[in-house]
Amino acid sequence: MAENIKAYELAKKQKEISISEFFLKNRHLLGFDNPTRALMMVVKEAVDNSLDACTEMKVLPEIKIELKQINENRFTVIVEDNGPGIIKQQIPNIFGKLLYGSKFHSMRQSRGQQGIGISAAVLYSQLTTGKSTKIYSRVSPKKPAHYFELQIDTKKNEPKVIKDEEINWNKDNGTRIEIEIEGRYLKGKQSVDEYVKETAIVNPHSTFIYTTPENEKLTYERVTDKLPHDPKEIKPHPYGIELGHLIKMLQDTRANTLSGFLQSDFSRIGAQTAEEICRNAKLKTDKKPKNLEEKEIEILFKSLQETKIMAPPGDCLSPITAELLEKGLIKEIKSDFYITASRSPQVYRGMPFIIEVGIAFGGELDKEGQIRLMRFANRVPLLYQQGACAITEAVSETNWKSYGLNQSGSNMPTGPAIVLVHIASVWVPFTNEAKEAIAHYDEIIKEIKLTLQECGRKLSIYIHKHIKAAEQKEKISLFEKYIPELSNALSNLTNNKKENLINELQKILKKELPSLEAENGIKENDKKE
Amino acid sequence: MTKKNKSAEALNDLGEKIVKDINKNKNPSIVVPIRALSNVIFNEKTKTLELGDKTSQRFFFNVAHAKKFLQTVEIASISKNLIDENKHASLRDVFYMAKRTIPGTNVNLVDEQSESDDIIEDLELISGNSREQLNVNANKNGSVVGKVTIEDSGDIIRWDKLGSGGWSIPSNVEEIKFKKVDAKYIIYMEKAAVWERLNEDKFWDKQNCILISSQGQTTRGIRRLLQRLYEEYKLPIYVLADHDIWGAYIYSVLKYGSINLAHASEHMAIPSVRYLGITANDIEKYGLQKNLIKLNEKDIPRIKQVSEYKWFKDNKAWQNEFKIMKQRNAKAEIQALSARGITFISNVYLPEKIKNKDFID
Repeated sequence: MAENIKAYELAKKQKEISISEFFLKNRHLLGFDNPTRALMMVVKEAVDNSLDACTEMKVLPEIKIELKQINENRFTVIVEDNGPGIIKQQIPNIFGKLLYGSKFHSMRQSRGQQGIGISAAVLYSQLTTGKSTKIYSRVSPKKPAHYFELQIDTKKNEPKVIKDEEINWNKDNGTRIEIEIEGRYLKGKQSVDEYVKETAIVNPHSTFIYTTPENEKLTYERVTDKLPHDPKEIKPHPYGIELGHLIKMLQDTRANTLSGFLQSDFSRIGAQTAEEICRNAKLKTDKKPKNLEEKEIEILFKSLQETKIMAPPGDCLSPITAELLEKGLIKEIKSDFYITASRSPQVYRGMPFIIEVGIAFGGELDKEGQIRLMRFANRVPLLYQQGACAITEAVSETNWKSYGLNQSGSNMPTGPAIVLVHIASVWVPFTNEAKEAIAHYDEIIKEIKLTLQECGRKLSIYIHKHIKAAEQKEKISLFEKYIPELSNALSNLTNNKKENLINELQKILKKELPSLEAENGIKENDKKE
Repeated sequence: MTKKNKSAEALNDLGEKIVKDINKNKNPSIVVPIRALSNVIFNEKTKTLELGDKTSQRFFFNVAHAKKFLQTVEIASISKNLIDENKHASLRDVFYMAKRTIPGTNVNLVDEQSESDDIIEDLELISGNSREQLNVNANKNGSVVGKVTIEDSGDIIRWDKLGSGGWSIPSNVEEIKFKKVDAKYIIYMEKAAVWERLNEDKFWDKQNCILISSQGQTTRGIRRLLQRLYEEYKLPIYVLADHDIWGAYIYSVLKYGSINLAHASEHMAIPSVRYLGITANDIEKYGLQKNLIKLNEKDIPRIKQVSEYKWFKDNKAWQNEFKIMKQRNAKAEIQALSARGITFISNVYLPEKIKNKDFID
């Protein structure tokens, strides 16, 4: 009996943990683990939302980002867009409820998959400063603008509206968010500055106006009026689902027969393929999906994986395209040579993806040290966890020596280059919830390497033509400096006068110069084993 | 003319030839014999490696040769100064004497010691004088123990009275005089740790032999010492090395000479040395199957390379060793014998092998 009482007591303690409470305890998993990164994450969530909203409404984005420093470790982040705005009723849910929205379940390329969402930023603000988040939004010049001040009820995961009023706003449509948070502003590779710059490179159709905490106003102009192709939503491909997902789909389907379910709820399954899948699973095509037993579902799942089914369509993806990626690189990176490539869609676990690569070489880029790697997923820069990322693995395992860069073993190559890699997918596989590193799928790594090689070959042609010629010239100029050294040693060996030797050698150099320049590098044939 | 003047003369000749080119308004050049497998001949009669007569011409006004040309003349000049001053320098000293940044450039005359070492080997061939005659010595390396008495620089030294460290072998052993040599054979081993084990067990006393070790590559000093002991006292020499491709090459260098120093084989190669172990058969016989190490990515291509050397190609016993290494995908260190007990090597393994003449030629 005593044990029973204990069980009841325990049950009382076993409360449901709300998602907000989970965030509170696990903010490191979501990218809010230190003040520098948190500042970047808040900007990123807000800008992602703005860009996605503009893309959906086919508006050329113009996004203002402003960081106002209140004191040493407190900032107001302001992000304002010219997007479609948000209707009044939706504002509290979008900003005040965690994991609200439709993106998680949709099979379509979007930035939104990248973070837990803008509401995480609102919660972070509330946790570190106690302040409400301010939102302005207007959907049309005919409608009034709305102003909200919001917080989140962390126990219920519900929005708490502090203020809700109509205001005058000198903007026809768009959304503005003001969030006060604890943060730290630093320059460098993992800064807000870098995030904005890299975002501008891969979103060449967008204009960004960024005001730094030092009140410096940086404008990143758009270089194209071409909007990215609007990615289509697709149904899941059989090779990409898991058993639990299949069970849920069978319960939720509106189809009455197994064959109908397969055809309507998956991509790339027609009547014939559906029949084949059922035959392989030894199930009747007209069986009711909801009546399948556990064992039958397992067999169906196996049959789905083993039946030959066409790869999913690629039109659910929206690549930057090689042409626009080059424009983006040229406008933000000063260098001598640019090369980009965008390949056709490939598939990992039933998920379509596209790899795009851009390389900038020479010019003002740092000649010493490792190349600069820029990683992107669905047009969002990945600034953290470079070492854990499949992109990093693919880059360091590529043999850059044969493309004219220096590299020791399987390390990052060195030289004056920026290598940019973008993966676009309906579902980008991240290693963890901070969403900064791509998981190591063989199909993805292989495809990245192929794209890198395609660019590498063109880079190598350029380097050999331009750089090697310059190096040879430099080597020839060295003779001038070698002459006194040689004369000194020779004079010691033979008692000839150093000055005479210098004079004579300079005469020979003059005579030999034309042929040296013509045929740089006569074969050295005394190589050792 | 004394010895030293002869090498100084040769270096002076090298300089004069270059000056002659310069005075003729010609691109100055040096002719250097090629020290690579392509120019190494295996002499079937003497069973040693010899250098062929292929040469290369090193030009000063040539983008690819210029630095090496400058290094050659610079180090020749350093060597001449040493001879003039009657001083000896180590390879490391020579590296530092040459190392500096050439004014007005960011180029170092030499970046690593391997570069100056390489030039000195070239100079031996160009001048026809050995490294020692150019007043350059290597680091001393290796130890020896046994019932031998020598005279070195006026000191009388007994190799059997030097405790746990033994006599350390200098880089130049030409001036050493053997006073008394009481031994039946010599074991040369590639591992200093194994030498220490055998010295602690007083193996040399019990078996009446001489034990010599190096750490890794066999230096010239050790090779000369072995050759002198063989030629002056006709002592058989046995090699104890790991059962791997590197051990096989250590044996090959002692017996036939090295590719890099093929020109010096006459003074260093000892065609009569025998390989004592570790052999593929030892692994079976002494139950070392569980003490093997997997081949790594460097071992496999090296096995292919060494097994194709002219002097190994028709040697059935060695081809069999290479074949088994590849089949087992494994190698064995000498120290694997310690798995059978720490004194197994001195009490069982070596006495048995030598008594049964269980060698590979």
